[in-house]
Amino acid sequence: MENAAQLFLLLALAPLVTGVIRTLKARLQTRRGPGILQPYCDLGKLFRKGMVVPETSSWIFAATPWVVFFSTVLAGLMIPMVAAEAPLGLFGGVLAVIYLLGLGRFFLALSGMDSGSSFGGLGSSREMTISALAEPAMMLAIFTVAIGAGSTGLTEIAGAAIGQHWRFLAPAQMFAFAALALVLIAETGRIPVDNPATHLELTMIHEAMILEYSGPYLALLEWAASIKQLVLMTLLINCFWPFGLQPTWFGFAAVEGIGWLLAKLLLLSCAIVVLETVNAKMRLFRVPELLAVAFTLGSLALVSTFLF
Amino acid sequence: MIAELFLSGIIVWLVGAMASLAVWRQPTTARRVGCGAAFVGSLLVLAGSSAAIFSGSSPAINLPFGNPVFCWTIRMDPLSAYFSVTLAALAGAVSLYSFGYLRPMEGRRNLGAFGFFFNLLLLSLAMVFCASNAFFFLVAWEVMALMSYCLISFEHEKAETRNAGMLFLILSHAGTGLLLIGFLLLGSASGSLDFSSFHLLASQMTPIRQGTVFLLFLFGFGVKAGVVPVHIWLPKAHPVAPSNVSALMSGIVIKSGIYGMARVFFDFYGPPPLWMGTLLLGLGVTSALLGVLYALMEHDLKRLLAWHSIENIGIILMGFGAALMFRSLGYANLAALALIAALYHTFNHAIFKGLLFLGAGAVVQATHTRNMEKMGGLIRQMPMTALCFLVGAVAISGLPPLNGFVSEWLTYQALLAGFGTTHSLTRLMFPIAGSLLALTAALAAACFVKAFAIPFLALPRSEEAADAREVSLPMRAGMAVLVLGCVALGLGATWFVRVFDPITQQALGVRASSALVMAHGWALSPGTAHGGTISTAGIALFFLLAGAAFALPLALRWRRRSVSGPAWDCGLPGLTADNEYTATAFSKPLRMIFSALYRPRREIQAEYEVSPYYPSAIHFESEIEHPIEKHLYDPLRQWIMAVANRMKGIQAGSINLYLAYIFITLILLLLFGVRA
Repeated sequence: MENAAQLFLLLALAPLVTGVIRTLKARLQTRRGPGILQPYCDLGKLFRKGMVVPETSSWIFAATPWVVFFSTVLAGLMIPMVAAEAPLGLFGGVLAVIYLLGLGRFFLALSGMDSGSSFGGLGSSREMTISALAEPAMMLAIFTVAIGAGSTGLTEIAGAAIGQHWRFLAPAQMFAFAALALVLIAETGRIPVDNPATHLELTMIHEAMILEYSGPYLALLEWAASIKQLVLMTLLINCFWPFGLQPTWFGFAAVEGIGWLLAKLLLLSCAIVVLETVNAKMRLFRVPELLAVAFTLGSLALVSTFLF
Repeated sequence: MIAELFLSGIIVWLVGAMASLAVWRQPTTARRVGCGAAFVGSLLVLAGSSAAIFSGSSPAINLPFGNPVFCWTIRMDPLSAYFSVTLAALAGAVSLYSFGYLRPMEGRRNLGAFGFFFNLLLLSLAMVFCASNAFFFLVAWEVMALMSYCLISFEHEKAETRNAGMLFLILSHAGTGLLLIGFLLLGSASGSLDFSSFHLLASQMTPIRQGTVFLLFLFGFGVKAGVVPVHIWLPKAHPVAPSNVSALMSGIVIKSGIYGMARVFFDFYGPPPLWMGTLLLGLGVTSALLGVLYALMEHDLKRLLAWHSIENIGIILMGFGAALMFRSLGYANLAALALIAALYHTFNHAIFKGLLFLGAGAVVQATHTRNMEKMGGLIRQMPMTALCFLVGAVAISGLPPLNGFVSEWLTYQALLAGFGTTHSLTRLMFPIAGSLLALTAALAAACFVKAFAIPFLALPRSEEAADAREVSLPMRAGMAVLVLGCVALGLGATWFVRVFDPITQQALGVRASSALVMAHGWALSPGTAHGGTISTAGIALFFLLAGAAFALPLALRWRRRSVSGPAWDCGLPGLTADNEYTATAFSKPLRMIFSALYRPRREIQAEYEVSPYYPSAIHFESEIEHPIEKHLYDPLRQWIMAVANRMKGIQAGSINLYLAYIFITLILLLLFGVRA
């Protein structure tokens, strides 16, 4: 039951978040921009279309969209969204979530190299490099949170945070939050690390890997990318601001919980939009510096867990 | 019964070694006898040692030709049995593979000799794991080193091979020298060379002696295991050996060093001083990171895998280090968790690294090159090899739901739990080691995207790659066995952790598995209260169900709407292999980011006729530096050469002079003896 509800929420909400971010960004830049429902229309259109499969590709090309989609969805079912209890929390905690996203990325990078086009290789190489450099910072931040909760299980982490609503103001939590936020930007491919709206060969990362995809497979990958974004955003907000996490999924609690979730997501989206608008895309070789900052923040978080 | 099974396996190996040497003139027979004996012996040893684990007994056998001082005692305690199982599981698959792999060598190489060395290597490894006497252990250890040397140098007509073999032999003997001193120190303290007399002995010695013995064993075993900084033979020797030997070397021979450390640190030592665990953890992190960073720069498929062995040994050492630290701090349960993580990873690494080396061997046999830049597109010609290699790549990258994920997850959990064990600054080491483990794992994933994508995907980069053919059935069967191993060790994690109970019981007095298994065997937990769980079986089930329910039917429907077309070629006349991303290009961002470590040097020369914008040929050369070799080993080598040069003077070549030396030595020894 919880599984089905959270699955539906994941699948339905993910394109909306993408749409909201795009629209808000357009408004902030005094453009009209597409409507917030545009991602749904895009997905619908792509699912109805035919597709072109490169002659040079192998079965990896066809398998990747499914692996990426399923692993992202499974990761999404392991995090608490509305109720404090993660539906598939037994299957794995925060480490499993990260590694499942890693599985998706592994296959995505393989599929980028599969067609033989140099763009794909370029994207794969950059994606694997940046995600590898983001990993230690992410782990330090997560360790800080996990040490506080005494567990890597997300149900336990959320549970530990629920009792103490203002805990996120503790220095360790704030540092960890900042580190994780930077990693989130890198992992979801947003400005200043990657630009999801560009197809300029010098700058693209994620788009370069999926350049050869079209039709339903492209739809799956786009959908998975927005689900991944939703998963990471939810992870961030529910680990640090557990306001409104409900004890169960039933009755009015679910409505209230979803309301809180939407409000928190909107807040975080606004922050992302502002960040994207006031920053320019970084040169690729400046990104390690950004991630080094994240790593430093993560270390500070760790040190402050026992200083304060 | 258990001992008899084990012993019969050993005898099959011994007979196989002799028989294949005896029939060396008939290459086909020699190959069949050699590989067949290795295979049958492996099955018997596997049966014997797994029975020993599951029965919980420690059968002991005294070989009949001993004397009171030098006993040939075999004792299969749980730790020995565990490593024997690892050996036999891998050796079985490799022998199966060798049936096919050695076939093209018939008539060109002496397969009788190969069978001899191969079987004796297996035999000596089993003896290393089961010897219960320092003297016997060192004999087995030396035989193992010699057999490894012979197998590494099997294709000895190349200078590269001979040099690598020699380097291995020299370092291996230096390591054995350290072990010899270590065992003598222990022996002089106990008055016996029997392992049972060493139990907890080291902790009763003075702190200085304790530390000395620790360092002697750490580096003595570390040489074989390939721990940074004594790893330099490994990336040279593993690639030049025949691929089935590389699989054994990386899978199990280097694990003899790990076995030795486990034996000494958890059997001969009681709770050790804290610095030992800290040092081990530090060495583990260094080995893991440097191993993977150099693997990323490698374009020789087999050498890349060899560097990854160093990385994985590092991960194992992180587990050992954490276990030792917990032991010093008095947390037996956590020590058990960390030890389980390390030993689990040892088994996993044997399986997936064996698989990857066998896969690389298949590729090398099909394309006649180890250079990845000359491969490509092999997934079409060699679908089965590609699938097997992919499974190995996913497993070694630590991705769910395969076995690498389970042991890395356990390592994370041990490191994470470490933070609460002490209030000193040492506690910071645990999460930082954990975050560097995360970096290592992510870099390994990047490296294996390269190692799979460049040889197997896209267009062939050379004619050899385009003409490659799938390898023979026994080779595929050998790889398939290990693929099954990766899947079983991943999905059956909750079943497998029970194996560690007797080991942790013996080493730490704790049986941990019942705390680790949760939810009726569906989920694994770190054994601490609310520590978080994983369920690899659940994850795999989700993928299976989702795949069967959605992916298959939809993919079939969409297939009708799909057309095949050319990939985007930037408007050039058609995509060729020249447009593809290369392995060098793939690792370029990391080469730039870590340039402080690599100190890359590159040289580009363009030849042109009319204008520099239209070069007719471009020569590109790129090289990275190995600081440990340059700053540690090069001066050491020069120093040794200088000392040897000085000592040349006393080697005059005259018999009389040498007799005088012997005489003087004798007098000195007599004086020394009288004084003592």
